[in-house]
Amino acid sequence: MTEEPATEKKRNPIVPFLRVPEDPKQEPYLWGSKCKACGSVFLGERIACGKCGDTEPLEEIHLSGDGEIYVFSVVYQTVPGLDAPYVAAIIDLPEGVSIRGNVYGLDPEKPSPEWFGKKVKMYTEKVRTDREGNDVIAAKFRVLN
Amino acid sequence: MRDVAMVGGNMIKFGRYPDKDVVQLAADATIGALKDAGISINEVEMVASGNLYQSNAMIGQRIMKEIGATGVPVVNVANACATGSTAFREAYLAIASGMYDVALAIGSEQMGKMGLLGAGGGNRDYSTEGVMGTGLMPGVFGQAGVEHMRKYGTKMEHFAKISVKNHKHSVHNPYAQYRKETPLEDVMNARMIAWPNTLLMCCPTGDGAAAAVLMSAEKARQYTTNPVWVAASALTSDPWQERNPTMFDVNTVTRNAAKQAYDQAGLGPEDLTQVELHDCFATAELIHYENLGLCGDGEAGEFIDRGDPCVGGRIPVNASGGLLSKGHPLGATGVANIVEIMWHLRGQAGKRQVENSKVGLAHVIGLGSACTIHIIKK
Repeated sequence: MTEEPATEKKRNPIVPFLRVPEDPKQEPYLWGSKCKACGSVFLGERIACGKCGDTEPLEEIHLSGDGEIYVFSVVYQTVPGLDAPYVAAIIDLPEGVSIRGNVYGLDPEKPSPEWFGKKVKMYTEKVRTDREGNDVIAAKFRVLN
Repeated sequence: MRDVAMVGGNMIKFGRYPDKDVVQLAADATIGALKDAGISINEVEMVASGNLYQSNAMIGQRIMKEIGATGVPVVNVANACATGSTAFREAYLAIASGMYDVALAIGSEQMGKMGLLGAGGGNRDYSTEGVMGTGLMPGVFGQAGVEHMRKYGTKMEHFAKISVKNHKHSVHNPYAQYRKETPLEDVMNARMIAWPNTLLMCCPTGDGAAAAVLMSAEKARQYTTNPVWVAASALTSDPWQERNPTMFDVNTVTRNAAKQAYDQAGLGPEDLTQVELHDCFATAELIHYENLGLCGDGEAGEFIDRGDPCVGGRIPVNASGGLLSKGHPLGATGVANIVEIMWHLRGQAGKRQVENSKVGLAHVIGLGSACTIHIIKK
């Protein structure tokens, strides 16, 4: 019997706009594209500007991961296998783009207008293993006190 | 562009029909609409069929094979929740352009107990649901309502009152899937689906079909002395907005469509006698009061508190009971709410009749996004 060489397990981002460096000592980060003509910012890669239609290549930018909650819902009924309820927010990033995120550090049973504008910080963690055995890495958000 | 008359319309009772297929449901609604118009399928020159999940399987042609395959042009339309109303608009344009004199719009969908929209498909290993926020409809429309809370201090109770109103209206609609009144405490205390929408603030899934027969003015005179008229047909897509598509913008797309529709009809919101709007969730209905200009910005809470959108109120909204009561079979919805308006304008709406209704607005939004607004008048 010949043994297949063990393929190296990878750390794959759950979305294309999260970059996971090959060096595990480097932190994953969010990235986007900025239109050189109008300055609009988009998550991940863009072929052209979705606001002004400019077709010059967009500038890749690093997104800080420091944001604030714009709005939220608390989701109770969801797909099988997920822990619920969870706080599902729209988070505004300082670079001028927004991202969907789960927010931790809030009591889901007590949704409140006080959550509007709360500062949050991104962190990443492995959320599951894919069918090829790779780690799936997601961006999540924690409330800053 | 030529004037377009709506000469016939029909829908089946929305509900669950596990023993029938969707072609049968659509055929049933369509034959009723043709009879209502006083024509047969042989007079129809063009067909637009709206169905979201079957448009890739030529459902329009399958319906024609069921009721009379005459060889006329058939287009299959898909536009999310605005699928049916976009099909209606295609039929409208076919007449308005002068190319055809008799067009048929059909909307149908069989959803059964399809469950949460947005939950299925794709590679589950890389699904972001519940890991990076939500894309499920109750949460997405929950967030849209929460945005109104943020701007204007709206309370969960305001949204809940909309469910109370629509369920109260539904009692008199034999075409609605659910016809049960739900007191405020029942709505508030129902199982939470996605805050602030409880179970009774979410539209159910279901099956449905509706059809409409449109004609040029000259042709319409051969069949009726008293048609209703399509005074406006607007369709918009969502323009760029800073948070979209992370957060779908259901407001701008509706405001743009409303402006176009009012301009086209030469009317304003003050001229409307009733509205059927897209209450997929209670949160959605509230924000559309403002988007359609039924009240000023920030006034939607008071608007529902005063009972303005109740039958008997200043401007009845969803006299049918809305999607919250009827259910929301995606392709059927947009044709059905226009047929509902037609019945009211003709004085054929039975116990839910809006007295002396003269001008009705039908609004649908499909997330992603598409918005249609039709203004129908006597």
